[in-house]
Amino acid sequence: MKITQVSVFLENKKGRLFDAIRILGEKAVDIKTLTIAENKDFGVLRMIVDNPQKALEVLKSHDFVASITEIVAVEVDDHPGGLAKVLKVLDGNKINIEYMYAFVEKRADKAILVFRFDDLDKAIAVLNKNNIRVVGKKDIANF
Amino acid sequence: MIFNKQVECLAPRALKDIQSKRLCRIVNYMQRKSPVYQKKFAQSRVILRKIKSINDIDHLPFTVKEDLRDTYPFGIFSAPMSDIREIHVSSGTTGNPTVVGYSKEDLDLWANVIARSLCCAGAVPGDMIQIAYGYGLFTGGLGLHYGSLLLGLTVIPCSSGQTKRQLKIMQDFRPRVLACTPSYALYMAETAGELGIDAKKSSWKIGIFGAEPWSEAMRQQIEKRWDLEAIDIYGLSEIIGPGVACECHCKNGLHVPWDVFYPEVIDPKTLKKAKPGIPGELVVTTLTKLGMPLIRYRTRDIVTINYEKCACGRTSPRISKVLGRTDDMIVVRGVNVFPTQIEEVLLNIEGAEPHYQIIVERHKGLDRLEVLVELKESFFSDEVKQLQNFEQRISKEIESVLSIGVKVRLVEPKSIERSEGKSKRIIDKRSL
Repeated sequence: MKITQVSVFLENKKGRLFDAIRILGEKAVDIKTLTIAENKDFGVLRMIVDNPQKALEVLKSHDFVASITEIVAVEVDDHPGGLAKVLKVLDGNKINIEYMYAFVEKRADKAILVFRFDDLDKAIAVLNKNNIRVVGKKDIANF
Repeated sequence: MIFNKQVECLAPRALKDIQSKRLCRIVNYMQRKSPVYQKKFAQSRVILRKIKSINDIDHLPFTVKEDLRDTYPFGIFSAPMSDIREIHVSSGTTGNPTVVGYSKEDLDLWANVIARSLCCAGAVPGDMIQIAYGYGLFTGGLGLHYGSLLLGLTVIPCSSGQTKRQLKIMQDFRPRVLACTPSYALYMAETAGELGIDAKKSSWKIGIFGAEPWSEAMRQQIEKRWDLEAIDIYGLSEIIGPGVACECHCKNGLHVPWDVFYPEVIDPKTLKKAKPGIPGELVVTTLTKLGMPLIRYRTRDIVTINYEKCACGRTSPRISKVLGRTDDMIVVRGVNVFPTQIEEVLLNIEGAEPHYQIIVERHKGLDRLEVLVELKESFFSDEVKQLQNFEQRISKEIESVLSIGVKVRLVEPKSIERSEGKSKRIIDKRSL
């Protein structure tokens, strides 16, 4: 089960992040979580939202460069060793992580780990086999 | 079709007689009419009696833009104001704008050289032309207008801007010829894409583009996007506006109508004639203009010149596309940098848009060159390292052309100011 992430190119310019977030808010796009990867010149804003297609349209109509990426989100217990357990499985199966970030689920005592893999399908198969819960699109609504 | 075959295909030797007669006549006219040139001739100690042939032209003094600015607004005109029929003004980045004046004869000459240019480009009487150069004080719009009327084209005087309307007119009226700046042609292609218009199906088959330097790669891009023949037209208001030179269908240099505009190419440092094929500054003498004739006007445009006869049959020399400007040229760590070199690189890299800006800064005595490049939507990756690799690839390509280090910074699409006229490519922040 893959989840759709929205990514946005942000020039290193005052107010650009605010512009992106503001227009999404105005169009009632609910941002579940976000992270920013950056270097000196630019940033890439990555978000999980309730309606990725709509988010993409809103951003593009405001001349943002945005795209959609498939990612995998897994649910782990929010206690020490939770992340290590998942990474151990991935490492043992030689799954390469392009990038990752994490957030805490509001209603349960769980943490959500978001991964971008070079081979998503293989990663999902490995995670499933090792009884690590992969979060589905429907779960997003409950975050 | 050749508009004035008798003159345009005349053997150079016969033409030389015409040029020599005209040169003698114009210097004597200016000596009588223009206090500015009386002074100039006196200062350069030229003996006008001894100017007998076009070969003697190098005894005459140069004219530079400052000569026009210093005599603002009308001091450089040779004809009395009562004989001036039209005035154009070009914006300057510093000081007073440049003012040019046309007598009745000059306007006829202008129409004539533009009609020659239009024929060079492949237009024939009966064609419809969409003129998307600015009308008004800028020479582009009206110059093309007068020439089109003389040739017998149907003119749509759109002027620049209002891109959606331009595209609608193209679709509805189906003109075969388009005239605008090359950057505006690309801008219109972008807009067409956004509106879902198939640019390849446009009615434009000939594009006459000028008023800013553009590269061969940009030509290919325009031709590919619009599926038309992109022809380079050259000019500057000081000489007449557009029509000082224009490519023919061979697209191998721009023909200079040298029976009226006599071209020389000089080394801008030594002021001596440049060796054939070596880039130098284009210098033009107007042989027949009456309102504001200029002797050996230094255009600041860098070109090469070729005197071989062209396959099209015209005998006039051909200048290359403008390779750069003596004043746009920036010297960074001893290397001459022209914006067109960077444009050429970008056009050859997939994912980079030919919209760029060059920023030069001096940091602790060392010049640094930064190039802002717009990222193409389809090339966006959400992985920072991919984007960084892309930046590095562009900077390596530019470095291999310029042989100096540059820093490339990706910026959002459409964040670099688009211009419907000339674009500001260089920001020099150095205090030199």
